[in-house]
Amino acid sequence: MSELIELKNISQKAADMVEEGRVHKALYSDPEIFEEELDKVFQNTWIYIGHESEVPDAGSFKTAFVGRHPVILSRDRKKNLHVLLNRCRHRGATVCEGRKGKTKAFTCPYHGWGYGLDGSLRAIPKAEEYEGVLDKNDLPLDSLRHESYQGLVFATFKDDIEPLEDFLGGAKKWIDLFVKQGGGYPLKVLGEHRFNFPGNWKIQLENTTDAYHFPIIHKSFISSLDDATADIFDFLDGDGFVEDLGHGHSVMVMIPDLVDLEDDLDQPIPERFEDLAQALRDEGQDEEQVKRLVRAAHGTGFNLNLFPNVSCSMAFFRVLRPVSAEVTEIQHVALGGEGAPASFNRKRMRLHEHFQGPMGFGTPDDGEAWERVQKGSMAGKDGWILVNRGMENLHKSPDGNVAGAVCSETGMRGAYQKYKQMMAAEGEK
Amino acid sequence: MTINTDLLNKATAFIWHEADLLDHKEYQDWLSLWSKDGLYIVPTDNNETDYENTLNLALDDADMRRMRVARLESGESVSAGSVSGTVRMISRLRILEETADYIVVRCAMTLNELRHGNLVSYPADLEYRLKPSADGFVIDRKVVKLMHADGFLRTVSFIF
Ligand code: FES
Ligand SMILES: [Fe+2]
Repeated sequence: MSELIELKNISQKAADMVEEGRVHKALYSDPEIFEEELDKVFQNTWIYIGHESEVPDAGSFKTAFVGRHPVILSRDRKKNLHVLLNRCRHRGATVCEGRKGKTKAFTCPYHGWGYGLDGSLRAIPKAEEYEGVLDKNDLPLDSLRHESYQGLVFATFKDDIEPLEDFLGGAKKWIDLFVKQGGGYPLKVLGEHRFNFPGNWKIQLENTTDAYHFPIIHKSFISSLDDATADIFDFLDGDGFVEDLGHGHSVMVMIPDLVDLEDDLDQPIPERFEDLAQALRDEGQDEEQVKRLVRAAHGTGFNLNLFPNVSCSMAFFRVLRPVSAEVTEIQHVALGGEGAPASFNRKRMRLHEHFQGPMGFGTPDDGEAWERVQKGSMAGKDGWILVNRGMENLHKSPDGNVAGAVCSETGMRGAYQKYKQMMAAEGEK
Repeated sequence: MTINTDLLNKATAFIWHEADLLDHKEYQDWLSLWSKDGLYIVPTDNNETDYENTLNLALDDADMRRMRVARLESGESVSAGSVSGTVRMISRLRILEETADYIVVRCAMTLNELRHGNLVSYPADLEYRLKPSADGFVIDRKVVKLMHADGFLRTVSFIF
């Protein structure tokens, strides 16, 4: 195990600031390292940009970011998806604003160039002056390679990157489990909460597989639960675990009973879901379906962290965007079932509002802790962030991966090792 | 156009009273201002009207309001402890609707929050549905339409 030595004799390269059980605090605040991260991480791998249910119809679009680059996810008339850079090929204005919507075309507001939903340049006002100067076919909106898995859409600047499914690797199994919380209906985005915090993106990344903090920082949330639910959230001494899935991905299982939502459908209805069960019965759902939907409504008992920018966290997607070394934007995306009973989706949204988002009973305290990590990390010329918890108590998972206790920092170590590998590579500008 | 200034005055006095309770963290008194089925709503989309079937920042019935207050008062929430205070200004009140059972009042609010030495301001439209009661009104619905509801907000450990 590493000693807590001074950083003096090692170079200031970011990759060297990651050791097995600790990372240097400068990784949170150095603006040069941040620029390097945008280049070597965010422009160099698969980045989550949205869920297919957010662009359900021909003409649907949503805006997103790949690192610093504004992009559009659109669905064309043949229902094909496109990921387009949101930059007019004339003089660079964005051609699409707003979170999401429906349109027939993207028309640049400045001089009126019009692009199709697939990004092709269709119309140029007063085209005569361009005769012999440019050809419309040469100037579509730039598009990014994109692929989907279980409706999650990822895009990349790296054209020759491995297929998305290879990148996800051992995480795929967990995504398959995660989407079961649609309760037999396709998973659907119901809305999202957005907030930012004055801190580095990796602080959020670490948090997704940090069970250790839960009973401490979220005490006020736990106090708001009924006893049975509070017991479920008391998972630090349970049989949970954190498994390093490779590629920087990891899963933290807090509640093993809720890993597979299609198992154990005979459980009694918990108090917290009595209202939902009754509403479903009142709608005429049979008892089997009531139990199935109630179990799905819990969300899964795990957080799946997908390096670098998204997680499938119990019942929602957490999406992060690095804005600067010291500012990060977060989306908490609420999920339900497409076509599921309204009472089911309502319950899912109420549970989301209870913990998540800027006014939830959980998120503000996470945000407070992260802000203080950022602030505290400025103290001292030198210093390290420890991610060595549980490092001497590892085992091999049934899938052959390194795994540690539920409150170990196994997932963070996996993410940082991937980070180190990407940051060590020579930049390709 | 005639304005019912008497009613406007009464509504204004009530809403200012509520604002003062919230800025001074007199939350238990605030809880008693509500009707039994009253809803405290902070939407994510200010054009939305079907709050139950959409995601909100907050959609609190009596239970959730009580728990929200308990969280803020418990001393267990570190973010609540970091809020040094809020000062809200409320103005531009207008009665939008007046019936025998309730009135609807719209007004402008700017709430300033000090946290860790940083001032953050929250401009918002407030919409109240107030029901007459023995000693004035009770709140039957309060909708807080933050100007930047669909943007990236700072986290909120106080009550709008
Ligand atoms: S910048 Fe888009 S048309 Fe000129
Ligand atoms: Fe947390």
